[in-house]
Parts: sequence; C-alpha cells; structure tokens
Amino acid sequence: MTIESLPAGEAGTVGASVLDVEELTVTFTRRGEQPTRAVDGVSFSVGPGETVGLVGESGCGKSVTSLAVMGLLPSRGVQVGGSVRLDGRELLGAGDRALRRLRGADMAMVFQDPLSSLNPTVPIGTQVTEVLLEHRDMSRKEAGDEATRLLDRVGIPDPSRRLKEYPHQLSGGMRQRALIAMALACAPRLLIADEPTTALDVTIQAQILELLRELVVDSGTALVMITHDLGVVAGLCDRVHVMYSGRIIESADRHELFAQPRHPYTGGLLASVPRLDAARGAPLHPIRGSARDAIPWAEGCAFAPRCDNAQDDCLTEVAGSTVPLEYDGPGRELRCRHPLQHPRSPAGATASGAAR
Amino acid sequence: MTAMGDLKRRRIDELAARAGQVPEGEGGLSLTRSAFRRLRRNPVAITGAVIVVVFLLVAAFAPLLAPKDPLTQYLLSEIRPGSIPGSREGFPLGVDNLGRDLLSRLIVGSRQSLLIGVVSTLLGAAVGMALGVLAGAFGGWVDSVVMRFVDILLSLPSLLMAISISVLLGQNQWALMIAIAVTQVPVFARLLRGSMLAQRGSDYALAARALGIRRSRIVFGHVLPNSLSPVIVQATLSLATAIIEAAALSFLGLGDPDLARPEWGAMLSNAQAFLSIRPELAIYPALCIIVVALGFTLLGESLREALDPKFRR
Repeated sequence: MTIESLPAGEAGTVGASVLDVEELTVTFTRRGEQPTRAVDGVSFSVGPGETVGLVGESGCGKSVTSLAVMGLLPSRGVQVGGSVRLDGRELLGAGDRALRRLRGADMAMVFQDPLSSLNPTVPIGTQVTEVLLEHRDMSRKEAGDEATRLLDRVGIPDPSRRLKEYPHQLSGGMRQRALIAMALACAPRLLIADEPTTALDVTIQAQILELLRELVVDSGTALVMITHDLGVVAGLCDRVHVMYSGRIIESADRHELFAQPRHPYTGGLLASVPRLDAARGAPLHPIRGSARDAIPWAEGCAFAPRCDNAQDDCLTEVAGSTVPLEYDGPGRELRCRHPLQHPRSPAGATASGAAR
Repeated sequence: MTAMGDLKRRRIDELAARAGQVPEGEGGLSLTRSAFRRLRRNPVAITGAVIVVVFLLVAAFAPLLAPKDPLTQYLLSEIRPGSIPGSREGFPLGVDNLGRDLLSRLIVGSRQSLLIGVVSTLLGAAVGMALGVLAGAFGGWVDSVVMRFVDILLSLPSLLMAISISVLLGQNQWALMIAIAVTQVPVFARLLRGSMLAQRGSDYALAARALGIRRSRIVFGHVLPNSLSPVIVQATLSLATAIIEAAALSFLGLGDPDLARPEWGAMLSNAQAFLSIRPELAIYPALCIIVVALGFTLLGESLREALDPKFRR
C-alpha cells in the first residue's frame, strides 16, 4: 500500500472534508465540585472515504469526543465549546430537531456492546426499518425490503429470517453486523465507530473490521474509529490521533506512527503490545502508573508523571503555553518537549515512510 | 435437584434454539415467549396458575355450578338463636344465619370478589402507568410534580384512604373499586417511572438516539416495552391485595350494599356475629380469599422470576 506524501488530513481543506472538529472542549460541571475538562481543545478532520483513528487509554476522552460530535451529551452539567462541522454545517448549538434529523441520516454511530445496544424486546427487523421510516420517505413494505437488502449487505445470511428474530437469538458478530446495517441504513456521510470490536472475539473482530473497511471504501463514508486497540488502528486507519487526558498528543499517518512513534506515550503503547517475534518469556513493557496519574494540562504535560523522558521543563510554561501541539514533520503533529529520537532525522523518517 | 435439572434443561433449550433446531414458528422467540416457557416448567407457577384458573372458571360459570339459589332461604324452621344448621344432605357446607346455602353463596360470591379485584387493579394500573410514563418520559419538573403527588398518595395508609374514598363516593360497588384502585395507583406509578428511568439510560436508548429516532418513538417503542415486566408482576400481586382489600372494606360495612350480590368480604363480616355458634361461616369465605390471593401471589412471584433477566441464563 502506498501513502501519499501529504496525508488526507492536511490535503483535505475546509469544504473537502466531511467532518471538521476544531478546538472541541467538553467540560462536566457538578455542583460543589471542580469542573472536569474531559476533552480539551481537540481538532481533527476526516475526509470522504478516509478512516481516522482516535486512540488512547480508558478515560482519555475518546468516547466523550464522539458523543459531543453526535450531540448526544446531556444538556445539563455539560458545556461543549469549539466547533464541529459536518459538511460545513455547524453542529454545536444546532437545535435538537435539526440534530435528530442529521443523526441516523447524515451521521451515525456504532457502539461498543452490540447486545446492549439493541432493544431486547423488539425484533431486529423492526429496529432496522424504524431507522428507514424515520429518515427516508418509504412505505413499510419498501422499508422491509430495504432492511433485507441491508442485512444482506453486511453479510448476515438468510436475512429475511433474521429480521424476525430477536437480538438474543443472534450471535455477537451478527448483532454487531445488524447494528452496522442500522447505522448505514441511510448511507451517512460520517460513521463513528466507538470500539466496535471490543466485545467480540478475535476472528469476528477481523471480519467486522474488514466489513467496515469495505463499506467505507464503497460508499465514501468518512469513518472515525475510536479504539484502544493498536491492532485495529494498524489494520484500518489512514490517520491516527493519539489522545491523552483530553488532548491530542500525537497525530500521524498510520505507517509513520507505527514506524517512528515520537511521543513517549505512543512509544509506550506500542511497546506494551505483545509481539510474536519477541523471545519467549520476554517481559512486556507496560507504561507505568495509570491514566489517573495525569496532571492538569495547565500545570505541564499531563503524561509527565508517567513518562521516562520527562525533564524539568515538561512542567513549566514556555511562551504562554505549557506543552503545545506543534508541527513535527510533514503530516505530523506532536505535543512533547522531549520526544523519542529515532536513528534517522524526522525528515528522513518521513522520506522512508513515503518511499515504502 | 429439580432446580439443577431445570437449569440444565434450560441451557439445552437455549443451545437448541441457537442451533435453529427448535421449531420457532414465525417471528423468532420473543422474550415474552421464552418467559412463558420457563413459567410452564416452574411447579410454583403451575400451582398458582391452576388456582387462579379454577377460581376464574368457577366465577365464570357460577350460576351453573351453584347447587342452590344463593338468595333463597332454606331450613328456616331449624334456625333459632344459638343454633344454625351445619353440613347436611343438600347443603354440604351448611347454611348461614338466614338459611341461605353457604356453598352456593361462596360460588356466586367469587364473581363479585374477583370482579372487584380485577377491575380495581386494571384501573389502578392504568392510571398509575399513565402517571409513571408521564414522569419517566419527560423527567424534569413534570417528574417532580407527578412524583410528589404520588408520594402524597403513598404516605396515606391505603386502607384509610380506601375507606375515606368509599365514604366520599357513596356506597356502591363502583365506589369500592375506585377506592381500591386509588390505593394501587402510587405503586404502579413509582414502579414504572423507576424502571423507565433505568431503561432511558440504557445503551439501546442511546443507540436509538444516535440513529435519530424521535423521542416519542424511543419512549413508547423502546423504553416502555422494556420497563413493563415489573409492572406485569406487580399487577398480579396487586390482584391479591385488591381482593383482600375489597374483603376488608366489605367487612367494615363499606362494601356493596346490594344484598342480591353475595361477596366474600361481606359474608365474612356477617359471620362475625355467629363466630361462636358456627365458625365455618367465617372460615370458608376467609379460606377462599386466602387461597385465591395465594394463587395470584404464586403466579406473580414466578412471573417475576421468569421475566427477570438475572434468572435467564
């Protein structure tokens, strides 16, 4: 596979990209408690047919980002700032009714647990046709036929029988397929998949990812893949944003990220993945501490307490900002003062990535 | 042992269903149907159901089953102060103080008792569920207002409230039903609201929102059907309470004044004056009330088990 020298995220200027997220912040406020900033100035964009990964540990703000984009966060106790544009249309501050029309039609989401995301008391077919009836001008019969076609398209055998069945009668993989069918029912421009394979076993995971890839390529849907699984990223994403404590800390194309992780956190994530080519009995290298050890970004780099490269200036302010997200070679951005050094210079790294 | 056997059989059935070897008819195996299956294998449920069905049948065919007319007075010559004839040929359970056949009165009385139980529970459940849906679907201030109202209802002792309402509405059987229904309302309202609130935060409700389904559809198509099982269970249990409460109100003299309709509670009330002479006059109606209430309770409890997802696997 070849990568173009300019990643789609950069090439896709406003207008060309399907989703533009700019400086998105989400703050949870509770009475009598300090507000929690779950997402803090996240910006990224996704072009048609492109797959962008949001990667990070639990609690780094991936899911909150996706819910904020979909407008699914509760209105009370949550403040969302910044800008989210779908095909140039601003979504933040849009009315409930307008958002509801967009959801399911122009943007859709696939959730983590396929069993609990389906209503157990209603047959699959009803749940699929419901989406069609809501957003498309269809009769019940047309919707039923279309539902059969959709299930067939996501690879569910004997779709007309399955339509009459209830969620508990389907296998995990089939349930996730059904959910994907529902999400894709109206050919949305944007699909957000929030850890779609976490609840599935490995072989089914691969099938579901393959299915998502095919559908995205076929229809030109923009896909945002939220995951903590670097294997999923490696298999599917064009561009990857690594998140930590509510901020993007490293952005790069997939190949470059895997070849030359620059942020110590990214490096740590990669090092903690078990490798087939490592010696037997070789210990894994987990990142020490947990995401709870993060410090507020206002006090320095949130990752510093867990970072092996951390030095004193990681916790000080330079030029009005603690640790900014900065240009780090073509198509790469990095939020780190002491990044991992690789044998070759960053320029050479990009060249080798492009030459591959 | 039987529990283990049941568990195994359940497991096997599940597996077989997954393999598609159990003929499923059309439309898959809904949760209701699989709950019904579990119910059929539960001896407690069967006992409860048999009791309930027997009483319902007796009530339905009361005029045919009753050996004598429940209002005609017999054996009047033998009734004198301090002596009421007991069981004898033609009167298996004896007669009451006015010489009416006790068995026939019990049989015909089942109609009234069950009718009051069923109607008042249906009424109470309908109103309670309406309030519960209102509170559970809208939340916010609607929820607060409805729930405070329900709290007020709940804070009054139910029998006391039933008494005041039936006094207020006058003495007739409809007043009795309404009085009992009102006491049932808060239970249903709270129950449905609670389970709707829990379901509203569920993943499938979020997934439905993410697909842009409108709110009314989410509430009535997704949240409500999933919130109903505790209400169904409660309705069965409430039937038992309603029958007992109807008996209690009749016993207190607030029941149906129409003497042409025998009713267990009224019979019980009537019997207390003759408790020392013929205790059977009180025992038989009381036994009927207990058994029918037990039947509904057994059925309700096993229904709860069958519908509870925790028992499913």
